[in-house]
Amino acid sequence: MLKSKTFLKKTRAGGVMKIVREHYLRDDIGCGAPGCAACGGAHEGPALEPQPQDPASSLCPRPHYLLPDTNVLLHQIDVLEDPAIRNVIVLQTVLQEVRNRSAPVYKRIRDVTNNREKHFYTFTNEHHRETYVEQEQGENANDRNDRAIRVAAKWYNEHLKKISAENQLQVIFITNDRKNKEKAVEEGIPAFTCEEYVKSLTANPELIDRLACLSDKGNEIESGKVLFSEHLPLSKLQQGIKSGTYLQGTFRASRENYLEATVWIHGDTEENKEIIIQGLKHLNRAVHEDIVAVELFPKSQWVAPSSVVLHDEGLNEDDVEKEEEREQMLKTAVSEKMLKPTGRVIGIIKRNWRPYCGMLSKSDIKESRRHLFTPADKRIPRIRIETRQASTLEGRRIIVAIDGWPRNSRYPNGHFVKNLGDVGEKETETEVLLLEHDVPHQPFSQAVLSFLPKMPWSITEKDMKNREDLRHLCVCSVDPPGCTDIDDALHCRELENGNLEVGVHIADVSHFIRPGNALDQESARRGTTVYLCEKRIDMVPELLSSNLCSLRSNVDRLAFSCIWEMNHNAEILKTRFTKSVINSKASLTYAEAQMRIDSATMNDDITTSLRGLNKLAKILKKRRIEKGALTLSSPEVRFHIDSETHDPIDLQTKELRETNSMVEEFMLLANISVAKKIHEEFSEHALLRKHPAPPPSNYEILVKAAKSKNLEIKTDTAKSLADSLDRAESPTFPYLNTLLRILATRCMMQAVYFCSGMDNDFHHYGLASPIYTHFTSPIRRYADIIVHRLLAVAVGADCTYPELTDKHKLADICKNLNFRHKMAQYAQRASVAFHTQLFFKSRGIISEEAYILFVRKNAIVVLIPKYGLEGTVFFEEKDKPKPRLIYDDEIPSLTIEDTVFHIFDKVKVKIMLDSSNLQHQKIRMSLVEPQIPGISISTDNSNMDLNEPERKKTKLKK
Amino acid sequence: MAGLELLSDQGYRVDGRRAGELRKIQARMGVFAQADGSAYIEQGNTKALAVVYGPHEIRGSRARALPDRALVNCQYSSATFSTGERKRRPHGDRKSCEMGLQLRQTFEAAILTQLHPRSQIDIYVQVLQADGGTYAACVNAATLAVLDAGIPMRDFVCACSAGFVDGTALADLSHVEEAAGGPQLALALLPAAGQIALLEMDARLHEDHLERVLEAAAQAARDVHTLLDRVVRQHVREASILLGD
Repeated sequence: MLKSKTFLKKTRAGGVMKIVREHYLRDDIGCGAPGCAACGGAHEGPALEPQPQDPASSLCPRPHYLLPDTNVLLHQIDVLEDPAIRNVIVLQTVLQEVRNRSAPVYKRIRDVTNNREKHFYTFTNEHHRETYVEQEQGENANDRNDRAIRVAAKWYNEHLKKISAENQLQVIFITNDRKNKEKAVEEGIPAFTCEEYVKSLTANPELIDRLACLSDKGNEIESGKVLFSEHLPLSKLQQGIKSGTYLQGTFRASRENYLEATVWIHGDTEENKEIIIQGLKHLNRAVHEDIVAVELFPKSQWVAPSSVVLHDEGLNEDDVEKEEEREQMLKTAVSEKMLKPTGRVIGIIKRNWRPYCGMLSKSDIKESRRHLFTPADKRIPRIRIETRQASTLEGRRIIVAIDGWPRNSRYPNGHFVKNLGDVGEKETETEVLLLEHDVPHQPFSQAVLSFLPKMPWSITEKDMKNREDLRHLCVCSVDPPGCTDIDDALHCRELENGNLEVGVHIADVSHFIRPGNALDQESARRGTTVYLCEKRIDMVPELLSSNLCSLRSNVDRLAFSCIWEMNHNAEILKTRFTKSVINSKASLTYAEAQMRIDSATMNDDITTSLRGLNKLAKILKKRRIEKGALTLSSPEVRFHIDSETHDPIDLQTKELRETNSMVEEFMLLANISVAKKIHEEFSEHALLRKHPAPPPSNYEILVKAAKSKNLEIKTDTAKSLADSLDRAESPTFPYLNTLLRILATRCMMQAVYFCSGMDNDFHHYGLASPIYTHFTSPIRRYADIIVHRLLAVAVGADCTYPELTDKHKLADICKNLNFRHKMAQYAQRASVAFHTQLFFKSRGIISEEAYILFVRKNAIVVLIPKYGLEGTVFFEEKDKPKPRLIYDDEIPSLTIEDTVFHIFDKVKVKIMLDSSNLQHQKIRMSLVEPQIPGISISTDNSNMDLNEPERKKTKLKK
Repeated sequence: MAGLELLSDQGYRVDGRRAGELRKIQARMGVFAQADGSAYIEQGNTKALAVVYGPHEIRGSRARALPDRALVNCQYSSATFSTGERKRRPHGDRKSCEMGLQLRQTFEAAILTQLHPRSQIDIYVQVLQADGGTYAACVNAATLAVLDAGIPMRDFVCACSAGFVDGTALADLSHVEEAAGGPQLALALLPAAGQIALLEMDARLHEDHLERVLEAAAQAARDVHTLLDRVVRQHVREASILLGD
């Protein structure tokens, strides 16, 4: 083994420092080609194929391996990921550069490398004796790396010649850099640009679409007009940010208005936390989620967030004048205090582009290869892509990635990545919403499954260590019908001293998921089980979720029990936690449990146990509400799904029974008890859940709305809010209370997980509890698994591990969990929205009563209680004469012609599915009552042709 | 900016070694004529010099003398130019005191001190260049110096460090790997008997992994032994040729 040393100098901020590092060169690194005598096949893991069966390439007919350079890897990863591309050599130099420049691409290339089918080989050229290259005087790092790559390519070609002269194996260097290519050809290395190579693959024409278009020569012809101002270079931005002239923040495009966005400034500054950006030019090519630098305008140019709903509909790409006209629309006279800090984007610090789902809007010109792509997410601008298969892609859901956004282009340029399937197909749509919400939904990998217990599984002696046998107790579970992942069960019995013993038994998932293994990592990544209308995306493999961990009746199951001794007044006398074995006597549904409690004839153990629980739960609930816990409301709907076609056939709002709140009450109690215990034991690293009190400004809309109905809502504390909501009744309008509660829910903040050592405000506002955590659903939430582990250590039933007591790791877990929970919620909503569409598709046109939830400048948002459906009724369309609209922000109300709309007003709307635009099917709502000439549609012309392209008054914005 | 990747997917470390491989070791014995024993060692870029005096009469207070064995006195220092940043290190700072004590513990376990009651053995070690694993280099240099002085020992004391990255134990950490902040374990081994003279770790490492890291360090220490043994034999051969003529 040869060892040699090089000396690298490095400067760090604050002074020049000489750093000396060793660099060993080896001669035992294999070339990756199996059967290579020279290397003795000295390599493990995935290797190249000895006889690459590559797709026929007209440029290089001989069998060959590919060797891409860094930029090809960074920009054309979509091409490389295609199954048609195999036998690629990834150099260590390239990999390191990718790693420093883009973490997502690095992750993707690693995944590809680990896939044995793809035959990607990573060659450690920097440590190979013959391919190591030293930086020369006057040569910069980039040039050195380029040279290193060429040297490696050359070495490969000579090396391969040695092993198989007759095979004529070749290594083809792929680079998009013209100079680099020229130099390579000079040195005798076969080199092509990515485009040349991909185009030469005659058998795979579809690959061309996946090429990222980087050369801007194609676009320059189109319009010489520069639309956007130039982005400042990073060095200038950093200077500006340091000196305070620019602000750095996350760019968040508005869902409702494509010409408006907000930038959330990083850091703790109280003022100017949120900056509004208005107008296409000021948005300056920033895309949702990018990290941008913003320049703040002087106060005289500040604007108020507009309440106009605007969607980018223009098919013509370059009608900039029209944009300006629309921008004028945003600017309206508003009172001084409504003005918010306003600015413009002057540079991009970091792009956060990802592949986007959406649909192709086919160009009007038949032969055109350039088309616009409309993402499903309204916050993402439309993307121009080049494809030859537009006709096959029409009506399909596809994935597209952005490549760049030149200054003279109205839309960013991108390339096609993947075809998901037909629009409206349930599978396609589900896939889309999972992808769009970043829900990991691939089947579990073999590595993960290998950590599952072997079947048939039974409880062994070893499992019984540190475990109490509670099989004699009369435990039962109460869940919604059809539930297969039962993670909680209850019992209640009278003790000899007259007190009651109540137990909550939670599935012991942490017994099966051991810290740090692949199963644990995968569950941690998924964070939560996602429930869609007809599908469940499990967090843990089915064997655990529906069998071994599910506390089914009449089988022995491992549990984590929380047992209280209470008096008949539901006061806790003693709390104890233990790992246990239980044998549930019955799994009931809420309805069954309710029936048992109500029926006078049943007096068995289970029923008495349930009655005891129910009695205690009522006391607990009363006490909780007295303390100021909120009862909020949201219009929840369930679909009845046809068992054959899986189409929704009916909707019903969720029914609430006593037993629901009974189970809920004990789960809350268990969570609070556990939170106290783990915080007592691990004051620095307990995983808790908090619900911050919303800032008073959040309640403005609620207070204003109530005022318009002559009701007063106090919002100073949770208690007064709860009380005033209880009092807010109107004898003539019984649904008002529910509406107010729905509005109140919208005012709330998101509850979040956090690590106790990183925060000092633990309060849970909604539950009015000083401390809270999640303990009761470990099958579907990862947070609970961590809490189980903490509690197990606290009671001495399990051993600890280093990550568990590392508060920074814990904080990272919390961050991921909060993100996953949010995304799961959005995915759920999107799934409901899609099923609502399916439902109305089968129903045709219906007129229903609705209540106004919000009033906007040019629209009203209504809620239809019967379906729990929310939608927007627009009053402005570009093809029709504009009605006279007067918007009053103070009351809030909207006056159209002579009719005034207030919040909570009852209206009648017509619901129909708008299929006129196949790309975006949506539910349209139009006003029926009160009648406004020229605006509302009369009830009798309901046989109107829905597919006519002319636009109707309204549509749903979901 | 992504941090350093300490162990690549292909199993290479930052400097090109594999997980269990040592850095290049070069050593010389008898570098100073005045001292009773001396040695110089290079382990990669870590360079250390050790000098041994004794056994001799107790210097200073006689009260320190031990009736049944020799007193081992160890002093550690590091040169101002030993690290990238020039830094004056006063004598007797906390770090060098601690290192001195650790060396003393190590050598009290290895030297047959009961053969020289009421006397003293001085071991002075100086680190000229530090690039990780200073304790190990000091012990290895001191072993050679003690051998050079002809002081009877149970066995060589060979030391090596080991770390733990992504579920793999790495032997002989360099400064870059140490600075990454993972757990680091220092082991001084009497290779023939497999006895541990000193084991030190001041980070948290899960019990389950300890054995693997320990085994990696022990294997590395045995490798060090092979190399040191070769150096000693070479030195003896050279010396005997000089004496023989």
